[in-house]
Amino acid sequence: MNAQIGMASAAVAKRSTVAQGLYRRRSAVNIIALVFSGLATLIGLFFLAWILWTTLSKGISALNINLFTKMTPPPGEQGGLLNAIVGTVCLSFMGIAIATPIGIAAGTYLAEYAKLKPFGEAIRFVNDILLSAPSIVLGMFVYTLIVLPTGKYSALAGGIALALIALPVIVRTSDEMLRLVPGAMREAALSLGVPQWKVTLQVLYRSALPGIITGVLLALARITGETAPLLFTAFGNLYWSINPTKPIASLPVVVYQYAQAPDEGWNALAWAGALLITLFVLLLSILARGILLRNKVSNE
Amino acid sequence: MNDSRLAVVPTAAKQESAVGAAVAPKMSARGLSFSYNGNEALRGINLDIAERRVTALIGPSGCGKSTLLRIFNRIYSIYPGLEARGEVLLDGENILDPRYSLNRLRSKVGMVFQKPVPFPMSIHDNIAYGIRHYEKLSRAEMDVRVEQALRQGALWDEVKDKLKRSALGLSGGQQQRLCIARAVALKPEVILLDEPTSALDPIATGKIEQLVADLKSEFTIAIVTHNMQQAARVSDFTAFMYLGELVEFGVTQTMFTNPSKKQTEDYITGRFG
Repeated sequence: MNAQIGMASAAVAKRSTVAQGLYRRRSAVNIIALVFSGLATLIGLFFLAWILWTTLSKGISALNINLFTKMTPPPGEQGGLLNAIVGTVCLSFMGIAIATPIGIAAGTYLAEYAKLKPFGEAIRFVNDILLSAPSIVLGMFVYTLIVLPTGKYSALAGGIALALIALPVIVRTSDEMLRLVPGAMREAALSLGVPQWKVTLQVLYRSALPGIITGVLLALARITGETAPLLFTAFGNLYWSINPTKPIASLPVVVYQYAQAPDEGWNALAWAGALLITLFVLLLSILARGILLRNKVSNE
Repeated sequence: MNDSRLAVVPTAAKQESAVGAAVAPKMSARGLSFSYNGNEALRGINLDIAERRVTALIGPSGCGKSTLLRIFNRIYSIYPGLEARGEVLLDGENILDPRYSLNRLRSKVGMVFQKPVPFPMSIHDNIAYGIRHYEKLSRAEMDVRVEQALRQGALWDEVKDKLKRSALGLSGGQQQRLCIARAVALKPEVILLDEPTSALDPIATGKIEQLVADLKSEFTIAIVTHNMQQAARVSDFTAFMYLGELVEFGVTQTMFTNPSKKQTEDYITGRFG
């Protein structure tokens, strides 16, 4: 009897030591994983902070009222970035204005009409490729499509090149946000006898709107900083121009040109331009986050 | 198929004598089968849904009760690969006929789903949304209709002061009553309820059941439920389904006290399912 109890308690003790060993091993693995992922995060954040700090410290000294009131100067003279700022606003606006309706319509087609169909899957796949296509390739595409036949660089060509970059972002987010709307909501609306196009416009868009707006803002943030596709489309312009058929200045292209020039005034302007773009993109991202976050709260 | 059809007729005759009055069928399934991508989910269903009565569809998960309900307003047709064969008659007309317009069908046959799904708009607009599709009303007329529907949905007293607020702020039970009011607002003839209380707590469930009892004076109701006590409480007729077939159909009281089939008895006494 006693022997039996002894054996049983020995078995219990053995099991608990095994459990303790397992527990210790898991804790050790946990600590190692935590340290490595923490380090990886720190490395990423370190470079991000460094980039932001450099841009801020070098850009802020060139920030003054002239930046927003004077044109880009010839070498050795004082000037600002007015034409480039306005140019970037025009180009980005054009890009978003072209890409938003097409992108939302295509995303709607994918989510609502081509769901589960091979054709829809094929489009989705191609769109994902376009999403990661090098922007310079899209610039070359617009160059051959518009600049060569018309024989000149133009703001419009730049706007179209930017639209091609924004388009897959908007298609993707619209598609995903619409697919997040519960199927039950579609069924409920359709079972009222309302046709599908009306349900999409009046119920589904309303539900997916914050997500779609976020997608458009992120696309805007993406194209505002693009340089490569503008080099052979919008080209650049030292003077004031908002004519869509003429070359137009833009912040990224000015930064690109002024940063590598052997002229201190130009270099300072390039830093200021870089800071402006960074701040604008940061602002857009915060805005996009805010919209998504607010929606999450109101849904709960 | 003819055999099973014959089998239903005597049952129907029995019902009438049991209820004490002849109840005309509002909707009837005749030799109804359903398949998705070639897999058969329903076989040879013959069932009458009596006018202004509550008919409950019960059975274990996967027996096809929700599928059957979803044929009655052709909501299944929004998904590819699904096919219904046979007939479903609404006032004698076959609604599965492609010539029967979906718009007309769904204005007559409303549906409420398992999960409450208010639209992302105000309480008022949730009700007005469907009405606007069918009728052009002045603002005052619309307000009257919205109030009427919310009263029928037993929700008016709770929301009358916040009609402009988002419907997403209502509790689950209130949202489900809003969905019922939204269906009722179109003045349909039949209301299909697909497990309307399965996501609700007992108090909210009680309110919905009371509501169903109130609504049957005006509407024909078919309700799918997992909860046998609920079927016993709210329905006049019960259909027990198993593996895609209709096993037994009859007056609820008889079904629950003296079922004629062994399978039905096993299910309602909790021996399986």
